[in-house]
Amino acid sequence: MNSSTVIVGASLAGINAARTLRLGGHTGSIVVLDADPDRPYDRPPLSKQILTGEWEPEKILLPAAKEDLGLDLRLGTRAKAVDLVARELTIEGPDGSVNRQSFDTMVIATGAAARRLPDSAGIAGVHVVRTLADSLALRDELEAGPSRVVVIGAGFIGAEVASSCRKRGIDVTLVEALPLPLERVLGAEMGAVCAQVHIENGVDVRLSTGVLEIETATVNGTERVVAVALSDGTRVAAEVVVVGIGVTVNTGWLEGSALTIDDGVVCDNTLLAAPGVVAAGDIARYPSERFGRMLRVEHWETAIAGGEAAARRLLADASGEPPAIFDPVPWFWSDQYDRKIQLAGRPMPTDECVVVHGSTEEFRFVALYGSGDRLTGVLGMNRPRHVIQLRALLEDRATFAEARERAASL
Amino acid sequence: MRIVVDFDLCESNAVCMGIAPEIFEVRDDDFLYVLDENPPESMRAKVEESVQRCPKQAISIVED
Repeated sequence: MNSSTVIVGASLAGINAARTLRLGGHTGSIVVLDADPDRPYDRPPLSKQILTGEWEPEKILLPAAKEDLGLDLRLGTRAKAVDLVARELTIEGPDGSVNRQSFDTMVIATGAAARRLPDSAGIAGVHVVRTLADSLALRDELEAGPSRVVVIGAGFIGAEVASSCRKRGIDVTLVEALPLPLERVLGAEMGAVCAQVHIENGVDVRLSTGVLEIETATVNGTERVVAVALSDGTRVAAEVVVVGIGVTVNTGWLEGSALTIDDGVVCDNTLLAAPGVVAAGDIARYPSERFGRMLRVEHWETAIAGGEAAARRLLADASGEPPAIFDPVPWFWSDQYDRKIQLAGRPMPTDECVVVHGSTEEFRFVALYGSGDRLTGVLGMNRPRHVIQLRALLEDRATFAEARERAASL
Repeated sequence: MRIVVDFDLCESNAVCMGIAPEIFEVRDDDFLYVLDENPPESMRAKVEESVQRCPKQAISIVED
C-alpha cells in the first residue's frame, strides 16, 4: 500500500492506526493531524496521576508516538471540512492559515470533547478534564490549596477527579443529577455501591441534585467562581468547580460530507464509513453482533483495538484480503481512592446483577450481569484477576449459568 | 527475549494475564507475577500484544 493516508486525530486511536498501517506495509505518506498542540499522550492519567502531581506530562507520552514510524505529524492543526469526492481536507494550522490536504484514504479519529455547563464560559475556576492542558490548568488550581472543590457529575471522570482531590486533602462535594451515580452503566445496585465508596472516603455526595447557578465574584478584575447554588436549596462555597457531565463527539467538521453522522460516525462492522474512509475510537459507531445493537464505546482499550482494526481495514482493501469484523468485548477500568473498578461487557442497567465473589460491603467483589440466559457483563472491584478471567467467557459467548458456575470455581 | 515489568508502574489491571496467562499471573494478593521471564520466541506475538495493551505501559521486552 503506497497511497497517501490522512489520520485526523493523534490520540490513542489515531496513533495506533498510524502504527498499524506502517507496520502492516503502508509505504506511502501518513499525515497525522490534531487540533491539540501537545505531543500525543495517554488520557487516563489526566484525572489521576497528573492531577495528584505524582506524574509529569513526559510520562504520559504515547509509546507509539516515540517510535520512528515516518509520520508527518501536524499538531495544533484542525480539520475544518472534508470533500470525499475530491479527496481533500480543509485544515487550519496553528498560525490560523487555512490549507488543503489531499488524501487517498482517511482515518477519522477526532474523538470527543467535554461537555460544559451552559453560561460557564470564561469563568475562572470552572474546569473540565479532557486534554492535557485542561488537566494541568486544574492541577495548578489544586496546588493553590482550595478549601473545597465541587465536582459536577459522578461519572467516571467526576469520580476520579473527586478521588484525586481527596488524595490532596481537599474537601469535595460531588453533585449528581440522577438518583445514583453510574446507574446507566452499572445498574442501580452497583451505582449505590459506587456512591458509598465516595462517602467512605469523606466526600459530600449530593444525589438527585441539580446545579442552579455558578455564583461568581470579580477578583482582581477576573470573574471567578465562589459558590455553587444547588437544587436542594443549599449553596456550597468553593474556589474550584470541575464539570464531568460527559462528552460530545467531534463530528462538526464532517457535516456536509456524505458520511452518516448519528452521535458518532456510523460505520459498518469493519469500521468502514465510506469507501477508503474508516473511523476509530470514541467517535466510531458500529454494529455489534455480540451485543445486538449499535455501539459507540469510549474506552481506552477500544481506542487501541479500533485504531488497529481501522488500519487493517484499509490494508485489507489494498491487499484484496477479506476484512475482519470488529466486535471486541468492551473493557475498562477506573481507579478511585484505593479501589479499582473494572467492567467487561456492555450490560443494560436493567440486566440481572449477581455478586458471585466477595462482598459489596468490603468493596472487594465480582458481579455478573445477565439478560435472559446470556452473560452481558462482568464487574469487579479490586478483583482484577477474576474480571480478566471471566472476560474470556464474554468472548466465548457463555451463558449466564455457565458464567456463574465458572465464577464459583475461581 | 527477556520480559521486564516496571512494578512501580504496574497497577495490576491483569490485561497481560488475559493475553498471555502462560507468562503473566495476577494472584489473590492483587500483585502481578511473571511466570516466565525468558519466554520462547513462539510467545513473541502474545508478549508484544501485552506490551501494547498494558494500560500503564509497565511491560517491556529486552533483547538478550
